Amino acid sequence: MAEVLVVVDASGGTVRKVTLEMLTMARALGEPSAVVLGAPGTAAPLTAALGEYGAAKVYVAEHDDLDGFLVAPKAEVLAALVAEKSPAAVLLSSGQEGKEIAGRLAVKLGNGLLTDVSALDADGTATQSVFAGSWVVKSKVTTGVPLVTVRPNSLTPEAAPAAAEQVGVEVAVSDKAKKVAVVERVTAQKSARPELTEASVVVSGGRGVGSAENFALVEELADLLGGAVGASRAATDGGFYPHKYQVGQTGSTVSPQLYIALGISGAIQHRAGMQTAKRIVAVNKDDEAPIFDLADFGVVGDLFKVVPQAVEGIKNRR
Amino acid sequence: MNIVVLVKQVPDSGAERSLAGDGWSVDRSGGTNVINEMDEYAIEEALRLKDETGAQVTLLTVGPDHAVDSIRKALSMGPDAAVHVSDEAVAGSDALGTAKVIAAALGTLEYDLILSGAESTDGGVQVLPHLLAELLDIAALTGARKVTVEDGGLLVERQTEDGYEVLRASGKAIVSVWDTINTPRYPSLKGIMAAKRKPVTTLTLADLGVDAATVGRSGAATTVLSAEPRPARGAGVKVADNGDGGDQLVAYLTAEKFV
Repeated sequence: MAEVLVVVDASGGTVRKVTLEMLTMARALGEPSAVVLGAPGTAAPLTAALGEYGAAKVYVAEHDDLDGFLVAPKAEVLAALVAEKSPAAVLLSSGQEGKEIAGRLAVKLGNGLLTDVSALDADGTATQSVFAGSWVVKSKVTTGVPLVTVRPNSLTPEAAPAAAEQVGVEVAVSDKAKKVAVVERVTAQKSARPELTEASVVVSGGRGVGSAENFALVEELADLLGGAVGASRAATDGGFYPHKYQVGQTGSTVSPQLYIALGISGAIQHRAGMQTAKRIVAVNKDDEAPIFDLADFGVVGDLFKVVPQAVEGIKNRR
Repeated sequence: MNIVVLVKQVPDSGAERSLAGDGWSVDRSGGTNVINEMDEYAIEEALRLKDETGAQVTLLTVGPDHAVDSIRKALSMGPDAAVHVSDEAVAGSDALGTAKVIAAALGTLEYDLILSGAESTDGGVQVLPHLLAELLDIAALTGARKVTVEDGGLLVERQTEDGYEVLRASGKAIVSVWDTINTPRYPSLKGIMAAKRKPVTTLTLADLGVDAATVGRSGAATTVLSAEPRPARGAGVKVADNGDGGDQLVAYLTAEKFV
């Protein structure tokens, strides 16, 4: 069976959910093999999860240069591996780094690249969302090994235990790939909440939340539902919540099972980041707010009355 | 120092956007084309460095003839000149094709630093800086929230999914910036008047020595099979809060098995 390379996206010794989605998606095309690129010791804590979700092999490329310089060394090592294995496709996550590696690979190998893919058929047809999810495009790579970046939350990962046989990959990074050195890496305090782009539930607050203190209400509902907290641009620009949690055109694009918009009017800027969510719930006091055009369930009312009542209701059901 | 800022004219993301009938390309025929919002932050960053170091700032854009309107608007912020690559054969290019054209155009310019927005509101592929870095053999530093020019090099703070990184590069580089980096200035009346007289050089693929067959739709390594607007979401339920809005919300979440 043809081999499909899945480039592992991990953070802090844990495989990101999108990696498990890619391993699941890859099975439509062939037998998935995971590729771990990083500093020595990166692969060990990831292997069990990779095997559980179907990685027959785990290619381990570990070297300090892969971590000490930005992206280019990873692309170089991966390009050599792709040339050697001629896989049916290469899957990467649609995060910043995944796209960057994929772009470099496309130049090095002259291969077609499809980004932000949400589904992949056995014949290689990829489904992409463009214009922030308002159009659905089906495309195919016509030249070389297809390079595909996969949008998080595209499917539900399914376990399919496989051997996860570790295969060492020799790493020799050229000077050409060492142009950008990573001087310092500062990891923000990890919140106990799931990551915004991976969460199956996202609860976001907007201008209507009114202040940073009031975001505690948004957080409380998010925590009850096991979700991530997001914010509209009005809320981040207003200093209610940190910029990195912004959902929208100029922030993250999320595609959760459930998206709850609190005090968000639903300007195109915001809708662009959330309209592919499976279910959308909105609470807004303005009956005319455009967010209600998207909402599967909307409550016209004061969020400071509606949300506390909902919070109590959820607690009482447990 | 010579700085080139990559700018792109895009359909206004505040308006309805559409793909052209063939499904291959963005419908740019409508009247609501603007400079890609994120590119304004790149222009501002270039102007900040110009104010600091006396750099020469040139805008570079690839797009149809009417992109010149957006170029004039961008020039009114303060850049010195612009280069506009306009050729029908570019239409339908994929990311790699576009990068090849931009790389060829950069080959005709003197530059030490290239700035771009971290994302475009229409294509949104984010990969362009790294494509250019591979093609031109220069450094790429993406997602910058702070740029410092040092002796013979650059120091960049890059926003990441986990926090931030401090990056250092020497030699020629392309840097893409986020909207957290600065606040773009508004053009002054003087700037608007001056923009009318600033040089805008128009180049074709032939001028750049780019074979038209290697870009555009014919040169693309991907093909579009179909393109359709996403079906509208079915009308949902909307209730007014008469004291039990929260309870109704919980009932909905329970029915949908989220609670």
